[in-house]
Amino acid sequence: MRTRLKANLVWAGLMIFGFILIDGLEFAGIINTFIENMLVTIGINVILAIGLNLIIGFSGQFSLGHAGFMAIGAYATGIITPTITTIGGFYLSMFIGVIIAIIAALIVGIPTLRLRGDYLAIATMGAAEIIRLLINNLKITNGAAGIFNIPALASWATVYVIMCITTIMTVNFIHSRSGRAIMAIREDEIAAEAMGLNTTRWKLAAFVFGAATAAVGGSLHAAYIQTIAPSDFNIMASIAILIIVVLGGVGSITGTFVAAIVLGALDTILQNFGTLRMIIYSLALILIMIFKPAGLLGTWELSFKRFNRQEVADHE
Amino acid sequence: MSSPLLTATQLVKNFGGLNAISNVSVHFDQNELIGLIGPNGAGKTTLFNLLTGVTPVSAGTISLYTDHGVKTVNGQTPAQVAQAGVSRTFQNIRLFKELTVLDNVRIAMTNHYHEGFISSLLRTPKFYRTETAMTVAAEKLIAIFDLSAVADQPAKNLPYGVQRRLEIVRALATKPKLLFLDEPAAGMNPEETADLTRLIRQIQQDFHITVVLIEHDMSLVMTVVERLYVLEHGALLAEGTPREIQQNPAVIKAYLGGDA
Amino acid sequence: MQTIGQQLINGLSLGSIYALLALGYTMVYGIIKLINFAHGDIYMLGAFWGYYVINVLHFSFIAAMLSAMLFCALVGVIIEYCAYRPLRHSPRITALITAIGVSFLLENGMSYLFTANTRSFPQVIKTVTYHLGSLQISNVQLLILGTACGLMLLLELIIKKTTMGKAMRAVAVDPTAAQLVGINLNHTISFTFALGSAMAGAAGVLIGLYYNSIDPLMGMTPGIKAFVAAVIGGIGSVPGASLGGFIIGILETAVQAIGLSAYKDAVVYLVLIVILLVMPAGIFGKNVKEKV
Repeated sequence: MRTRLKANLVWAGLMIFGFILIDGLEFAGIINTFIENMLVTIGINVILAIGLNLIIGFSGQFSLGHAGFMAIGAYATGIITPTITTIGGFYLSMFIGVIIAIIAALIVGIPTLRLRGDYLAIATMGAAEIIRLLINNLKITNGAAGIFNIPALASWATVYVIMCITTIMTVNFIHSRSGRAIMAIREDEIAAEAMGLNTTRWKLAAFVFGAATAAVGGSLHAAYIQTIAPSDFNIMASIAILIIVVLGGVGSITGTFVAAIVLGALDTILQNFGTLRMIIYSLALILIMIFKPAGLLGTWELSFKRFNRQEVADHE
Repeated sequence: MSSPLLTATQLVKNFGGLNAISNVSVHFDQNELIGLIGPNGAGKTTLFNLLTGVTPVSAGTISLYTDHGVKTVNGQTPAQVAQAGVSRTFQNIRLFKELTVLDNVRIAMTNHYHEGFISSLLRTPKFYRTETAMTVAAEKLIAIFDLSAVADQPAKNLPYGVQRRLEIVRALATKPKLLFLDEPAAGMNPEETADLTRLIRQIQQDFHITVVLIEHDMSLVMTVVERLYVLEHGALLAEGTPREIQQNPAVIKAYLGGDA
Repeated sequence: MQTIGQQLINGLSLGSIYALLALGYTMVYGIIKLINFAHGDIYMLGAFWGYYVINVLHFSFIAAMLSAMLFCALVGVIIEYCAYRPLRHSPRITALITAIGVSFLLENGMSYLFTANTRSFPQVIKTVTYHLGSLQISNVQLLILGTACGLMLLLELIIKKTTMGKAMRAVAVDPTAAQLVGINLNHTISFTFALGSAMAGAAGVLIGLYYNSIDPLMGMTPGIKAFVAAVIGGIGSVPGASLGGFIIGILETAVQAIGLSAYKDAVVYLVLIVILLVMPAGIFGKNVKEKV
């Protein structure tokens, strides 16, 4: 009980500290628009990748369609906020995006989650492409041109706070009965079923939750970047999120943070290299995978409870 | 005499053209300890798989006597069969390897503790209450089977014999009425087997459940069970008390070859 | 009727390109369970090789295609050796990300070295259109169909009749057991990459001739479609990959013909999902159930 409270306080402190730090640096002018852009991209990527890590790393279902759900959130905001140009309108659009993403995830997940491994990956990829192609051809989404001049209703602070909330929710999911159930299914589906777990239902829970967070990420993306087009949500976008997850370590939320930050920083640094940028990026990717096959952090998690427990053990 | 728990009549299972199980009828009563023996490939595990819903039956009915009346369980998913009160272990240990002993047990309790999805995301007091109750119950069960010292270890780190024991604990955590043990003594030395024998007996009595075990080790089976089924080539060869089975000519022939 | 026949001809030509590409995916997946994301880019390399040898060295079509196959086979083997072999015992998702990395590297490397411009492929063979009643078929289409079918037959023969083919099938079923009976795993895997990449190289030259335009990113979409074709046919199955390729090719042209070209990819993916739901391992795939 005491350790839990203490750990939670440490986490809360860390989050507040991060906020104040960024705020201070922004005030001091050290963070310019360029860096703020990078930080926001990192934040949105964290939201997207954490949801995907829940699906891939914890429930063991290989989804390659994350960008499809992100697109739903982005377009909900892109379509609604130009009409309701208030903060309330933004959150309403985010909420609607999440609801539509949940419905879409149910439609996609109920039939396809029976598939295994790479078959599921290819089916979810197909589903995401179908979502994108629908958006590409509908009138309300303005087709292939996309939507411009979306009101700027999300600041870096919005992204930061929502990133923290998403992370807390996801970690809570993992450290609960639901989280244990999905990990059991990942470890051994037959044994999990024999223990009375309705495997489809639990897999679906993780998949739908991941899709909902993707929609949140998409909504923030639309409100911050202010321009969206269907091509932003293609297979390569899903792969970009997958790369963050695998690079950080499949099954490590801390790793997802680290990878999102590393890749975000790398991307910013490589801006100066022009066309060489993507070559260096791809080489870095190959080399990291060869030398760190389990990702940067493997399955390691930063935990303050563990430190406390260690302290207790040391005192005894 | 005693009330029935599960009856299976005229079970048939064909894999392609192969008759894995043909017309097998068995019945298990409440609080019984039953053995299922037979030579390799006799269809023992297949019968377990049919009874637990892992493989669908080709023909026949399986009825389970629950608190809410008789339930036909063939055609149901393994999860539904498990929720109806049937649990099992596996011949080639199927633990959740990367997860801790405590989590392995808590996972089996999933259906008995409803903390609510939203309340677990928001960490409401209800979540903490349920979570604590669940953990306490799991730790109690773990303590009964002397696993407290390794409760925080991933299952994969445990020695083979302990893994088998954990599988039994995990199966018990689902609160079954009927427990199937698939070769629990496989790979154990005589001493470990003797311990296990005592343990199985104790489980059956303390938890008031019916235990059915598949076993190759005849000494274990004969000393511990009340009643035996003998399978050969997918068909029922004999049924009876250990004494009856030991004297059954057909069984002797099947086990020891023609010259017995 | 006439349009159906015409669309069938167009669909088969396009489908044979997908089929040639799908073969590479299916063989590599069958043997090391890797979705070789860079496979589409090897096809792009094949097209560029053809472009250069025809333009600069004035190769004939046959010489260009054969040399492209050889070149791509070599590239495939090198990629496997450098990028995938070190990861053979790593989680499969790691190898997949590496394959994506290789794909990015090939695409961007080519853009960097030769610019990202689209260029027109030299027409070494003068297009002649034949009229069969009301149907039109060009000599290029015939060439594509003929070459593709010939290569598929050749491949089937290699896999079924040669020692190396036998080794490939053995490794696909059980690599450990294959090694125990004296099969050299590394050689077999290299050979598989060589074969698959050679097919992609041939497809690259053929598509250059057919569509008359090539660019460094040309491999991306056909690559993914060809993988979809391999999955539809039953990944790991050579006849399945050919069938899957033709299905996708015909489907695409058919959807285009009825005026829904904006949705042609969506229809392909929808068919993919439906086929997987009905046959979880594709048309010719074996659905292996886990033993309890």
